[in-house]
Amino acid sequence: MKKGSAENVGIVIVSHSAKVAEGAADMVRQMVGQSVRLAWTGGNADGGLGTDVAGILAAIDAAWSPAGVAILVDLGGAETNSEMAVELLDETRRRKAVVCNAPIVEGAVIAATEAAGGSPLEIVKQTAEELSPQ
Amino acid sequence: MMDAGRQKHLILAVTDAIIAHAEELTALDQAIGDGDHGVNMKRGFEAVRADADNLAMKPLPDMLKALGMHLVMKVGGASGPLFGTLFMSLARDMPADPSLAEAGAALGHAIEAVKARGKSSVGQKTMLDVLAPLQAELANVDSDNVGPRFKRAAAEAAQATAPMKAIRGRASYLGDRSIGHMDPGARSVWLIADAICDALATPVPNEERP
Repeated sequence: MKKGSAENVGIVIVSHSAKVAEGAADMVRQMVGQSVRLAWTGGNADGGLGTDVAGILAAIDAAWSPAGVAILVDLGGAETNSEMAVELLDETRRRKAVVCNAPIVEGAVIAATEAAGGSPLEIVKQTAEELSPQ
Repeated sequence: MMDAGRQKHLILAVTDAIIAHAEELTALDQAIGDGDHGVNMKRGFEAVRADADNLAMKPLPDMLKALGMHLVMKVGGASGPLFGTLFMSLARDMPADPSLAEAGAALGHAIEAVKARGKSSVGQKTMLDVLAPLQAELANVDSDNVGPRFKRAAAEAAQATAPMKAIRGRASYLGDRSIGHMDPGARSVWLIADAICDALATPVPNEERP
């Protein structure tokens, strides 16, 4: 029996490209439907390629669940900006928002699949990170 | 003596330097990265410049913190959190009217914060390769000639990143091909250090006073 979506870990996708972020989100939805909260952000404040802390904070807020959110990122700036965004969260949320070291598309799909089964944040993160070479 | 006029003079000098060199920074980044450093830094420092009057009225630590937050929110790219963290963590240990030694100690702590943010260390062809020698200069103050020495140290340290091989950031994808180009983040620190020295050495123009 799956838990309701509001109780599952949420998924945030942060890419340098809005198209990549949206496309990855489409693939997540195809896999898990509406059973997890999902938000994506891509591009810089001017609409070009890049990442934007304000956009990441808004996506974290949109995907927020009491179980926390797992954040999937592409290249370095997405990771650094996501870590910065997590530090800007209030203390309760900060402990429940994690950046996963995983490929963005595969990581988002597998993390969401794990989250849809009701797994806690650390298991969702761990499952996504098993995709990365150690 | 640090007051609102001097602080605004510093903000204008630093933001003007970055904005004026945005194309050069972009060209450096195009050589070994994704080519967005100049336009990103310009976006962030324009936001700082637009808020210069408000920032300058704050005590120095509060000003640095607010300035860093502008960079975090506006720069985008990895430079936003990295330069934002630099200024925000400088704020943590900076007295309102610091001695050079106190500024050096604050810079030391800020360097540690930048290392943690970028998961990087000195010698990897980054902004740290200019920040660390500058901190050493401040820790070793023994003459009245600090400004020129500081400026020379910044220039030499930034230029010394050219023969380095990038270990962190997008430039590291190029491996040995990153050798021979100055690091754009190092150039930005050089520009900022130069502007700070010039602004501390010149009187505050009346028309700049907030």
